[in-house]
Amino acid sequence: MSATNTKSDTAQSHDNHGHHPSLAHHFVSLEQQHEANILGMWMFLVTEVLFFGGLFTAYTVYRLKFNTMFQEASNQLDITLGCLNTVVLILSSLTMAMAVRSAQIGKTKQILNYLGATAILGLMFLGVKYFEWKHDFEIHLVPKANFCWDYAKERRKEADHHEKDKPFVSKLIGKFVGHHEEHAPPSAAEIAKDHKNPESQQARIFFVLYFAMTGIHALHMIIGFGLIAAVAYWASRGTYGPEYYTPVEVLGLYWHFVDIVWIFLFPLLYLLGAHLGAGH
Amino acid sequence: MSAINLDRRVVGEAASTHEATPKPATNYLNHETTIASWLLTLDHKRIGLLYLVGISLMFVLGGAFAGLIRLELMTPKGDLLTGDVYNKSFTAHGVVMIFLFLIPSIPAVLGNFLLPIMIGTKDVAFPRLNLLSFYVYAAGGVFLALALLLGGVDTGWTFYTPLSSTYANGNVMVAALGVFVIGFSSILTGLNFVVTIHRMRAPGMTWFRMPLFVWAMYATSLIQILGTPVVAITIALVGFERFLGVGIFDPRLGGDPILFQHLFWFYSHPAVYIMILPSLGVASELVSTFSRKGVFGYHIIACSSIAIAIFGFVVWAHHMFTSGLSQYAAMVFSVLTFSVAIPSGIKVFSWLATMYKGSVSLASPMIFFFGFIGLFTIGGMTGLFLSTLGTDIHLHDTYFVVAHFHYIMVGGAIMGFMGGIHYWWPKITGRMYNETLAKISAALIFVGFNFTFFPQFFLGYMGMPRRYHEYPEELQVLNVLSTVGASVLAIGYLTPGIYLPFSFFFGKKAPKNPWGATTLEWTECESPPSPHNFDHNPPVYDHVYDYSTLNKEAAVVSH
Amino acid sequence: MMVNSMFAEGFQLFPHQASTLAPSVDWLYLFIVAVNVAITVLVMVLLVAFAIIFRRKSEDDLPEPMHGNVPLEIFWTAIPTLICGVMFLWGVKVWSEIVVPPRDATELYVVGRQWMWKIQHPGGQREINAIHVPVGSNFKLIVTAEDVIHCFSIPDFRIKTDAVPGRYNQMWFNATKPGKYHIYCTEYCGTEHSRMIGWIHVMEREDYAKWLNEQAEGGDGLQGRKLFSKLQCITCHSDANKAPLLENIFRKDREIGYMDGKPVPPGTKVLADEAYLRESIRNPNAKIHRGFASPTIMPAYDRDLVTEEELLQVITYIRSLKQGETPTRTEETPTPQPITSADKASSNATEKTSGSAK
Repeated sequence: MSATNTKSDTAQSHDNHGHHPSLAHHFVSLEQQHEANILGMWMFLVTEVLFFGGLFTAYTVYRLKFNTMFQEASNQLDITLGCLNTVVLILSSLTMAMAVRSAQIGKTKQILNYLGATAILGLMFLGVKYFEWKHDFEIHLVPKANFCWDYAKERRKEADHHEKDKPFVSKLIGKFVGHHEEHAPPSAAEIAKDHKNPESQQARIFFVLYFAMTGIHALHMIIGFGLIAAVAYWASRGTYGPEYYTPVEVLGLYWHFVDIVWIFLFPLLYLLGAHLGAGH
Repeated sequence: MSAINLDRRVVGEAASTHEATPKPATNYLNHETTIASWLLTLDHKRIGLLYLVGISLMFVLGGAFAGLIRLELMTPKGDLLTGDVYNKSFTAHGVVMIFLFLIPSIPAVLGNFLLPIMIGTKDVAFPRLNLLSFYVYAAGGVFLALALLLGGVDTGWTFYTPLSSTYANGNVMVAALGVFVIGFSSILTGLNFVVTIHRMRAPGMTWFRMPLFVWAMYATSLIQILGTPVVAITIALVGFERFLGVGIFDPRLGGDPILFQHLFWFYSHPAVYIMILPSLGVASELVSTFSRKGVFGYHIIACSSIAIAIFGFVVWAHHMFTSGLSQYAAMVFSVLTFSVAIPSGIKVFSWLATMYKGSVSLASPMIFFFGFIGLFTIGGMTGLFLSTLGTDIHLHDTYFVVAHFHYIMVGGAIMGFMGGIHYWWPKITGRMYNETLAKISAALIFVGFNFTFFPQFFLGYMGMPRRYHEYPEELQVLNVLSTVGASVLAIGYLTPGIYLPFSFFFGKKAPKNPWGATTLEWTECESPPSPHNFDHNPPVYDHVYDYSTLNKEAAVVSH
Repeated sequence: MMVNSMFAEGFQLFPHQASTLAPSVDWLYLFIVAVNVAITVLVMVLLVAFAIIFRRKSEDDLPEPMHGNVPLEIFWTAIPTLICGVMFLWGVKVWSEIVVPPRDATELYVVGRQWMWKIQHPGGQREINAIHVPVGSNFKLIVTAEDVIHCFSIPDFRIKTDAVPGRYNQMWFNATKPGKYHIYCTEYCGTEHSRMIGWIHVMEREDYAKWLNEQAEGGDGLQGRKLFSKLQCITCHSDANKAPLLENIFRKDREIGYMDGKPVPPGTKVLADEAYLRESIRNPNAKIHRGFASPTIMPAYDRDLVTEEELLQVITYIRSLKQGETPTRTEETPTPQPITSADKASSNATEKTSGSAK
């Protein structure tokens, strides 16, 4: 308590030394403004945790209920691409941390470089995600749009069979440029029949949660790009320096949070099947 | 310390001389007068008033639906409304009253206006977010109004699946979107308050020197931050389910409808404390000022607010005792529910002890406080029937529950809100209202309320289910009594709607500190306050409720 | 309980006590009422008394500050905690009586759907929005729903449980007083929620036995039994040399000798399900039981001979046929009891309740 006091008191003493251009009227000092903004972002992240928490709860409940099917459904996801994205995202967190550091030591140009690198890594992540979702769509794994569990399982089996002996690199390249053999898509009757199958229903719940979770995560990244652009704009005008770099740090907190959400999503969604020892 | 005390006295005197000057001082109401200066204001006081206008309209709307419901229930047969219209009415009543009136009532109006002043700062930490929260609230209101205009929603405010996700007709998606959006308004307000309290306190304003209203707002804000996002994602999932039909909550497709109830009540039970905790905070201010005595057990009352907020998060499953919950879970949730009763009881006893050997004034805010204690006590005590497993099975989803939560959320919360509005009205508007009318209104509300809702306890024990449009004939006498009471209650609630606006234009000028209170908004701010609240660092005392230092001349009005 | 008699018929302040659970719940309820009244009155009296005794006498009043009183605060924390503890424990005791059904309870199935209650008795009798039970017997209700969540509630028995689609919740009762009592749906379930109601009729044991019989008269099984004689099935199917006995065959594997007139290898089996029974009546030559000749002497009962409804009744009868229950040829079909006027009235009442439920 007394610590808070002293802090506010010292903050108070700055008051008379004239105003920094970035100091809002209702704050006593830049320090107070900085602390308030950082705490504000932390509080926002707390609500975000609870927001995702609802999804994680739903995930947990259904994973316990439909253990086997969750494992099988998880096996439909591409661990290689998931790993790749995890690495990309962790790298982007590193560059974001470097951007904050550059702001603290007042190197404007570096801030811009690191923010640019972060944005590019983020875009890479979304690019990979795009190919994954596209593939999911092609093999009929998108609930409501075209979900057909039997068909998806068949395609997966075929693909595994085809690629069994290919080297890793060509497998990886194949995920992006690979051309899938054309199969007759399942007929409406087949899909209707498939939807009556409890296995398909349970796998579908997995995919509903998968798309909801990764979709909301991707939405957060897109919002992150907007924030990066705004901060980069202000940085280019030389707003930030050792005295005032609060927005960069706040942005950093946000970006790391989005990163951490993925760190939870990746094992829960991608590694679950392998972890439960399903294999094919 | 004594020097500061002297200082405080001087300020008080300055105020009384100030009153004599003919030219009105610049204050937050008159320093800018364009419409844009109101609609785009970043001033927490003006935003509070914007909210006051918003929630007042919503209260009238929600009240109109309540009137329809009570009129329909005059007779056992459904002769006024069809079943469908009745269902849409109680849904609209619940959604409007809870999301558009009760949740923002005290936090967004009185909290916004007072919290920064009470801790001695110029504004909340994020004034832009504060304004945004108002417009998000308004946008949510528009969605809900749209849902009503398009023909209404008949799911009940609880949106239980699979009724809401699969079976209900009506505009569930629009209403759900509205609730989702309003949630963010609530989150923004809570976030702002938490940061403001943590980081913006005046020098010397330690945690245990804050007024108890601020403590209550702190506890409320924590619930808003932690609970609201869960209901947001839950409502979003219902939206997915309804739009896509993918089976998250639909048992025919493998989903679990009970999961929805868990997620929903994880927020919606704490939401009850969003409504009542601020009222408890107001009550602490009222009892102290009008007994001219520091609140008995200040620390315990402050901590009990936090305790209620924390316990509030671990009791949600008591809404589901009949849903096939495991027996151990039921016992655990029963115990936890009782645990909320203890801090609530402590508060009531502490308020009584505050009055003991005090100097009790019977000014109108104190009359509202008396009404508050009466209704809150009955509401709280009847909660015990519902936390006791043996009786809850019989009472679950009957009118007993309806009566119980109206005593808390309407009786307690709105009495507290009314008390707060009457207490701070002179500060907010700079005018005094008609004391006699205010006291009559308080009495009408108290009497009308009890006539409306007390019979419902009997109806509930007789087994009359909630949300019934028609009911067996033997229950009519009590229902008629309830409807008659509701009309008295309506008059009680509408009276302030006349004399308060009247006083705003024609009322007697309010002095700086009419009640002789000790918190900063009374001792350091004019009535109404200047645009930036303070032009100097407000002095902070060891004890927030220290009446010995108060300048007695300043306390001119007393009844 | 005692309060009931204080008011004229048609106005009550207290529900009937019509099950063994009701007094347990009521005593707990009255205990909490007593605690509530005591504490609420105490708070009110103190509030009014303090407002009068300590009213502001002069504008200069300055009461002594008082920051707390530890013993007092411990007192008003500990006593409510203690009271809550008692309520909790008593509550758990009563609740465990409510939720744990006795082992010997007769099971009734209750299915809720928008907007009616469908009840099935163990003997196959079905009711809609009505249940008939005798006094003094334990009944267990197994409750579920077809569409949305409902809640099955009998206030006069003090029991209630949610009817959740995909789940089976249970509760039990032992009715103590003959009469009819409300059944409500207490979980909001859509437009006609308040019409999802019914009556539970608690009858004296003799009346209940009579009621069961009447229900059985109209039951598919009994009709099927009559048809079994009328259609002459009994001529052969009561003699294992002429035709297979039909006792205990439902859902069992049957070894067949001919299919569509052609012999099949030994050991070929088919499941005697509804489809098989139906086929064997409509087209007896489709599958012939091992050991009997093909083509069979049994006539094909087409739609002209047996309507779809009659066919169902016969199948229901065959399903229910237990070891040693096949009637002998000489046995006469029991003639229905002449219906007395009193019975007629009560049976009409039953129909009316069921009918008005719609």
